[in-house]
Amino acid sequence: MSSRRTERLLNLVICLLATRRWLTKEQIRLAVPQYADCDSTEAFDRMFERDKEDLRDLGVPVVTGTDQRWFDDETGYRIDRDTYALPPIELDAEELAVVGLASRVWQQASLAGPAAQALTKLTALGVETDEGGPTGLEPRIRTAEPAFEPLYAATRDHQPVAFSYRKPTGETATREVEPWAVISRSGRWYLIGRDRQRDAARVFRLSRIDSNVRRVGRAGQYVVPDDLDPHRVLGRMGPPEDERIAVVRVRSGRGAGLRRRALPELEGADARPAGEWEELRVKVGDAGGLAQELAGYGPDVVVLEPPDVRADVIRRLQAALAVQSAALPSAALPSAEPVT
Amino acid sequence: MIRATDRLSRLLAMVPWLLNRQGVPLDEAARHFDITQAQLVKDLELLFVCGMPGHMPDDLIEADWDSGRVYLDNAEAISRPLRLAPDEAIALIAGLRTLADLPVMDSTRDRRAVDSALVKLSAAAQDAVGAASRLTIDLGVGAAEETLRVAREALRLRRRLRLRYVVPARDETTERDVDPMRVTNVGGSWYLEAWCHRAEGVRLFRVDRVAGVEILDVDGTPPPEAVSRDAGDDRLFTPSEDDLLVVLEVEPRGRWVAEYYPVESTQELDGGRLRVALRVANPRWLPRLILRLGGAGRIISPPALAEEAVAAAREALAGY
Repeated sequence: MSSRRTERLLNLVICLLATRRWLTKEQIRLAVPQYADCDSTEAFDRMFERDKEDLRDLGVPVVTGTDQRWFDDETGYRIDRDTYALPPIELDAEELAVVGLASRVWQQASLAGPAAQALTKLTALGVETDEGGPTGLEPRIRTAEPAFEPLYAATRDHQPVAFSYRKPTGETATREVEPWAVISRSGRWYLIGRDRQRDAARVFRLSRIDSNVRRVGRAGQYVVPDDLDPHRVLGRMGPPEDERIAVVRVRSGRGAGLRRRALPELEGADARPAGEWEELRVKVGDAGGLAQELAGYGPDVVVLEPPDVRADVIRRLQAALAVQSAALPSAALPSAEPVT
Repeated sequence: MIRATDRLSRLLAMVPWLLNRQGVPLDEAARHFDITQAQLVKDLELLFVCGMPGHMPDDLIEADWDSGRVYLDNAEAISRPLRLAPDEAIALIAGLRTLADLPVMDSTRDRRAVDSALVKLSAAAQDAVGAASRLTIDLGVGAAEETLRVAREALRLRRRLRLRYVVPARDETTERDVDPMRVTNVGGSWYLEAWCHRAEGVRLFRVDRVAGVEILDVDGTPPPEAVSRDAGDDRLFTPSEDDLLVVLEVEPRGRWVAEYYPVESTQELDGGRLRVALRVANPRWLPRLILRLGGAGRIISPPALAEEAVAAAREALAGY
């Protein structure tokens, strides 16, 4: 029962915090009533070991020592009161407000519990948070990917992991990685680490991990590069910028997304066809991405230059037509039942 | 069921908090800990039977909540909060760094507060600093920076904004006057939540779709009925049962669709293909999605939408 176990742990904390002397295991067994549930010394030993580890995981400093005057060499236990307690952190109202905001960044994500708990501890001694903080600014992060929690913990603990990863092309393979950092960009989480098979730094998108994350080997067995800059690593993996200019014809009143990026008109140019269409110039940036976007405007946009982007758009439109035509009801496809 | 260690951790934080707020109403305390009142009472009942070795009545923690207000006593041993656990310190430090990286934290006052809070927390939790630097959140503002700045300025001055707003699904631009309520980032995109005078309701505007923004010399205090939908950001993006169910099939290179749009369900098909079901209020953007996919996906149902996609592709090709 969770309640029984919580009671036992709480009594153990109180007893180890209150004592001025080292307590032997036998004294602890007598002091914490719930240990009476153990019907053998072995059972108590196992339970106490586990409780001690759980407390240490929570950050409770359970320390060991021996009082020479009383015992020869039996280990005694207590909680170091000075390191147990949160050191006084004097935060003024404005600092507390931004700490509150920082804690709420996690409100809908997997670290919501620890973030809120931390705030409770910081305000435990009486200072109230100013709910306001920086006016009207509320950044929030999400951790929808199931792989986030195990990979965050593995990164924190320097724990090598293995998982099954799907490439953009659809093939999957098992990857063994030494996690260096987890980073969120544009609402997606990425893992940066050393891929053991390839012996090189790699970036993995968490949403493409389609297995559980397994721990491989012991924690703390590798070193994260000192000069690691997750932003830079992630940036480097993006496609290089294509500096060319694309010329497109856009139907009047359409293509709002393109118009916002349109480059200024050339000096003396009067290339604007009258009436229904207008000509715009935009930076290519990423040729494949631009062709995809332009194809998406359908009949409202015609690409004039460069030739490779124009050809790519035509190819995409033709492929879409072929694939979609084959799926028309007239193509005698069995009626699609809703996905369950 | 909550793990015993998580509950212990909550209790160890709760005791000092309550000791310093004797007589706090039950509902207020429950809200603070984000638990139900019933759960809070269970926690208090548990505290009530714990205490110093001996466990005679005088040794136990005293807790009283009969009056609807919480009083706590005889808990000296655990009257100070436990130091921050690694995850707690990491969450706060990584959160503060996220704020520090925002170009829109423009007020010197806010910047100072973030920087000094970061220094103090880092000093108090040195062990967590390294790990926190390996949990990075990049809420890139990019081209939306100017819009965000203006929106925050309007919030500060309580002024109305005039937006030129692009709706890509319909490929149209509308002009609206709005009273800004807050600026928020959800799922990687920045939004301005505001009272829209055109729609006469609270609306979320994606900041990267604002084509123009101007502060008007008009009071921008939202009307009293403008209520922020903070409690369930998720609901804003959750499609309703009334929306149209659309089924797509995508090739492996079109699988990003399932990552990019809120899908109702997915089903693996052979060869890494995926069947995706989405609920959409306005399906007009879907034929365009098929054109973007360039052969990597098709609409399975409803058939009328599939016909539209075919017609759009034919018409587009006629331009070449």
